[in-house]
Amino acid sequence: MRINISRKKIKDNFVTKVEEISGQNLLACYQCGKCSAGCPAVSEMDILPNQIIRYAQLGLKDELLQAKSIWICASCFTCNARCPKGINIAEVIEALRQVLLRKREDHLKVKKLTSEEKGSVPPIAMISSMRKFTS
Amino acid sequence: MKISYYPGCTLKNNAKNFEDSTLCSLKHLGVEIEELPRWNCCGTVFSLATDDLIHHVAPIRNLIRVKESNSDRVMTLCAMCYNTLKRVNERVKADPESLEKINKFMYREKIDYAGDVKVLHLLELLKDEITFETIAEKAVNPLKNLKIASYYGCLLVRPKDIGLDDVENPTILENLMAALGAIPIDFPYKTECCAAYQTVDKPEIVADRTYHILSSAQSQGAEVVIVSCPLCAFNLDQRQKETVQKYPDFKNIPILYFTQVMAIALDCSEKNLRFDLHYVDPRPILKEKGLI
Repeated sequence: MRINISRKKIKDNFVTKVEEISGQNLLACYQCGKCSAGCPAVSEMDILPNQIIRYAQLGLKDELLQAKSIWICASCFTCNARCPKGINIAEVIEALRQVLLRKREDHLKVKKLTSEEKGSVPPIAMISSMRKFTS
Repeated sequence: MKISYYPGCTLKNNAKNFEDSTLCSLKHLGVEIEELPRWNCCGTVFSLATDDLIHHVAPIRNLIRVKESNSDRVMTLCAMCYNTLKRVNERVKADPESLEKINKFMYREKIDYAGDVKVLHLLELLKDEITFETIAEKAVNPLKNLKIASYYGCLLVRPKDIGLDDVENPTILENLMAALGAIPIDFPYKTECCAAYQTVDKPEIVADRTYHILSSAQSQGAEVVIVSCPLCAFNLDQRQKETVQKYPDFKNIPILYFTQVMAIALDCSEKNLRFDLHYVDPRPILKEKGLI
């Protein structure tokens, strides 16, 4: 995959927005990869957690906002617990979801779920899924 | 020792077995709890966005209900409720400015929240106040020869400053199981995420996790797996249906709440255990061990 890096992207307000919403300092990451090594969801991900941080540092907005990974992460906080630099990776991924959700681009299409699908899961599943994946 | 009890949404339906077995166990242990009047949903997940205060309102409202019932401690059973209530509580205690904003937003509440409620999980109450020694003494029907793997999942132990035990290697459930006379089984997937709410529209991911988590427990000799979260319970129990379809070599294993096995040891009657809510029936193994 070819990726174009540019000063313009790095200085884009997307980077600031992700840092602000997540409350994290992206440049603290030195790419040790421990987050991805412990993540239980990597087999489903297209961009791994450490790569998400690197992409975010570089302002690769389109790649990140189209990534499947941001909807695969279930905020289990294993990455946060293990990051040697104290970065809350789950919060960064939450910020990326928020960038889309705040434009009312819901990921979970509640209307498309059948009443059987909705009725077969407990309230705790339905509520948490809507909290994380809808605006 | 009266304590407010916050049940949360799922304890009143899918996880009624969790609630009933707890209430019976606490009665046998002589602990009085009082369900909060007018409690509302905690939101199930703590909002991770720094600028999002509105989603902290629901948990704070519950903490106000605690104060209104002349209590300053609230106990939860559900790991997700525990995590959300405790995290929001810590968040506003550390940030009085946002607490003030939230209080102003809830101007119709009779009192302001002052950050003075303690959020407890039942496990903390059992370990620190009742003590496992007392529980062992009261276990008239010890869980002899039952090999139990304890599954913690995420929110009981993470993040580090919120979790109730070691973040990487918690042992509180194993210690409780030992006190109840069971054989605790350790396994490496005990804090691995079950994929949580992905179960709504991506049950195939949950089937993968369930397969790996439960196969790991079985390989260590576990006969049942205990949990403390209604969402983990749903994924690990009900999703075994999808797991068998995807992995024909998978063998079903019963999933129980830790309070159900505690209730058995404390000699609660079977009507408090609500086995009708399970997908994989735990009765055959419990009968084989002479426990029910």
